[in-house]
Amino acid sequence: MSGAVAFARNTWRGLTSMRTALTLLFLLALAAMPGALLPQRSLNLPRALDYIEAHGWWGTLLDRLQFFDVYASVWFSAIYLLLFISLVGCLAPRTVEYAKALRTKPVLTPRNLTRMPHHQTAELDATPEQVMADTRVRLKGWRLVEREEADGARSLSAERGYLREAGNLVFHFAMLALIVALAIGKMTNYEGQVIVLADGSQFCNSGTLGYDSFRPGLRVDGTDLNPFCVRVNTFDATYLPNGQAEQFAAKIDYQAGDDLDTDTWRPYDLRVNDPLRVVGDRVYLLGHGYAPTFTVTFPDGKKRTQTIQWRPVDTLTLLSEGATKFDPPGVTDPAERRKRQIAVTGLFAPTALVEDKVMTSSHPQLSDPGVAVDVMRGDLGIDSGRGQSIFQIDQSLVDSGRLTRVARQNLKPGESLTIDDGTKISFDGAVPWVSLQVSHDPTQVWVLVAAVAMFLGLGVSLTVRRRRLWVRATPGDGGRTVVRVGGLARTDQAGYGEEFHRLAAQLLRSKGSVRCP
Amino acid sequence: MPVNDTLATYSDWLYRAAALVYVFAMVFYTVEQAFTRKAKKSELARELVGSGAPATPETPIIGRIDEPPSAGRPERFGRMAVALTVLGALLHLASIVLRGVATGRAPWGNMYEYGAAAMLVAVVTWLVLARKFDVRRLGAFVLTPVVILMFLGGTALYTPAGPVMPALQSYWLVVHVSAAIISSGLFLVPGVVSLLYLAKVRNDADPRRFARLGPKLPAADSLDRLAYRTTIFAFPIYTFGIICGAIWAEAAWGRFWGWDPKETVAFVAWVVYAGYLHSRATAGWRGTRAAVINSVAFGMVVFNLFFINLVIAGLHSYA
Ligand code: HEM
Repeated sequence: MSGAVAFARNTWRGLTSMRTALTLLFLLALAAMPGALLPQRSLNLPRALDYIEAHGWWGTLLDRLQFFDVYASVWFSAIYLLLFISLVGCLAPRTVEYAKALRTKPVLTPRNLTRMPHHQTAELDATPEQVMADTRVRLKGWRLVEREEADGARSLSAERGYLREAGNLVFHFAMLALIVALAIGKMTNYEGQVIVLADGSQFCNSGTLGYDSFRPGLRVDGTDLNPFCVRVNTFDATYLPNGQAEQFAAKIDYQAGDDLDTDTWRPYDLRVNDPLRVVGDRVYLLGHGYAPTFTVTFPDGKKRTQTIQWRPVDTLTLLSEGATKFDPPGVTDPAERRKRQIAVTGLFAPTALVEDKVMTSSHPQLSDPGVAVDVMRGDLGIDSGRGQSIFQIDQSLVDSGRLTRVARQNLKPGESLTIDDGTKISFDGAVPWVSLQVSHDPTQVWVLVAAVAMFLGLGVSLTVRRRRLWVRATPGDGGRTVVRVGGLARTDQAGYGEEFHRLAAQLLRSKGSVRCP
Repeated sequence: MPVNDTLATYSDWLYRAAALVYVFAMVFYTVEQAFTRKAKKSELARELVGSGAPATPETPIIGRIDEPPSAGRPERFGRMAVALTVLGALLHLASIVLRGVATGRAPWGNMYEYGAAAMLVAVVTWLVLARKFDVRRLGAFVLTPVVILMFLGGTALYTPAGPVMPALQSYWLVVHVSAAIISSGLFLVPGVVSLLYLAKVRNDADPRRFARLGPKLPAADSLDRLAYRTTIFAFPIYTFGIICGAIWAEAAWGRFWGWDPKETVAFVAWVVYAGYLHSRATAGWRGTRAAVINSVAFGMVVFNLFFINLVIAGLHSYA
């Protein structure tokens, strides 16, 4: 029994020792590094999967060991948990000690002040009592104790710089608070992304289904989102001649709270660096692209028009790829429908440049759009129940011959092509889309408060110095008094010298002579 | 805002001129170093009392020698080296200011500009310290990484003057990046001084090691103190820079922290610096270990600037 207690006590002591804390600190640094060097699932899933794929058994092993989810891994969590415990174990006794230190008196004046790292002596024309009174005035802000000694001598112990330890404690406690706030944030946050056409289309934060992708925190099930709606009216971008974006902004309207009931819209200019903050959530403008509009006129004269986002393949010129998919109207027989579905795929260029019939984009601005399309007909696989990318057609259906290319052509707005069965496909133009992110994190403001407290605590603890000063006044010959001053810095000796000499010069500002041993 | 190409060109010339002047200064420092036989007597004596009682009330612990006993030839070279360093710093400053005027924005929007500004901070830090502490002859060691980094910046990383992308058009660019620049520039000095400390300690233990360098270096605990005091000045600024970065990321990228490679390595460097501060308060970790940790921490800062920007794709890769 006592063995177990001893073991527990030793473990606790070991864990909360400075040496362990230091080791854990370096382990934390070391453990964080792979996250910078290896692609992480949370940041770039496709790249992480490619990497694992490309590195065979080694990639698989690293994956098993959670090297692609470093910051959620067991080992990373273990290190910071241990550090957290070590920190608590270290701070609790330090706080108690600090509280005690605040109440204890400055230590006795050493017998021999000339042994101190800093010391000076002078003879003054004053009684010890006068010297003490004068010193008290000069040492305002210091914690003082005056003591009577033998032979009518008097001494004064002074200490200041208690704020250093206070700052240090604030820093470490704020760090604890920050870690706790982060952990709560991880439980309660969510992040959703959605693409909205900039033609007056709307998005409402009513459920996870409205999003293209949704990443909930550990305790979020997506049923309780803060309701608000956003309407994207226009999107404007200005570019440099080389295609680098200079500025972009979306003009949006939004409604939340009571506005939802009264259907009131409020305008906002959504820009990079300038998210919309509404009902505790934030809406960001993350990216943009174009959605070409195609109209398909079927042989029976029925028309279908669609504007679907295509995704940029070149971020500089916004050359985009995509697949706009059409069901033949009025065909009820599923087998028949699967023979006559149509997809318009290929490339979209906001400023088209055609050389040898090959289209590229020369600039990201929507000034002279064009598309280079393949028209595919057959079974798109939409009915199969398998989810598929909205940007692509299912290549396996092409390979198996169930989906075949029936035309390939470059089109400008207003131009059209006609395929063998008389179906006409026309390219009508394009509208920009914006990609929005909605973020929800109720604790981020606490993280900020903790971080600021950390910074202030750190500043105090690194600038304030704990230092001691002693003055002893001994009656000398002829009514004069020998005054000795000694000083000791408890941290970083080097910085105390100047202050000490200034103080000593003031204290010994003599009517008599200053003697420096 | 159109770019003023004439001013931008002048700025580039001044940059090269500054680097060249630093090279000359390095040569002069090296000459001084080579011809000084060992740490001067007076300095040695002062060093010995340094941690004990100062000789006179006004003497700082490690005194600058205002009136050198004899202004010999090495001394003159040293003074010229300092003069050249000051000249280089002025050209360097002019280059950065002109780039700012030419582009009409804060001149630290890409890696070239970032490096240029950080190196200026390093040089100025050095000049300030050399005024306060008698470590002038170490100038060549500080200028060597400065010149190398400036050369890399001016060639491999060079970016013509231009506006910055929308994500960078924010006043946080000024706050966050200048804090990063100032702290990185400051950190360079303790990084170098800690390496010299290690050489000095080896030489003290065994005079055959670093036999040429060791005797000419200031005492080990002066180097240690110089490194410590510069680091504790830079560390809060670095902390401030990281916090501002998080605030900016919250507005620009949708989250205040996302373990982007740049954020990660900044975190790692911060933790290693915190380790350095703790090591100086931990028995058995002071001295050599602390110096190694400090050098490693600065290594992380440099790694973050070069490797992460150039090799690893991340949100910071705009530069
Ligand atoms: C995430 C972990 C930690 C970080 C980032 C951290 C950071 C810091 C920093 C930046 C300082 C500088 C303030 C100064 O030097 O006065 C400091 C001081 C200090 N820390 Fe920590 N700390 C951590 C964990 C711990 C733990 C677990 C302990 C106890 C075992 C501890 C004990 C101390 C002590 C005693 C000081 C004062 C050192 C001195 O007076 O120089 N710290 N810490």
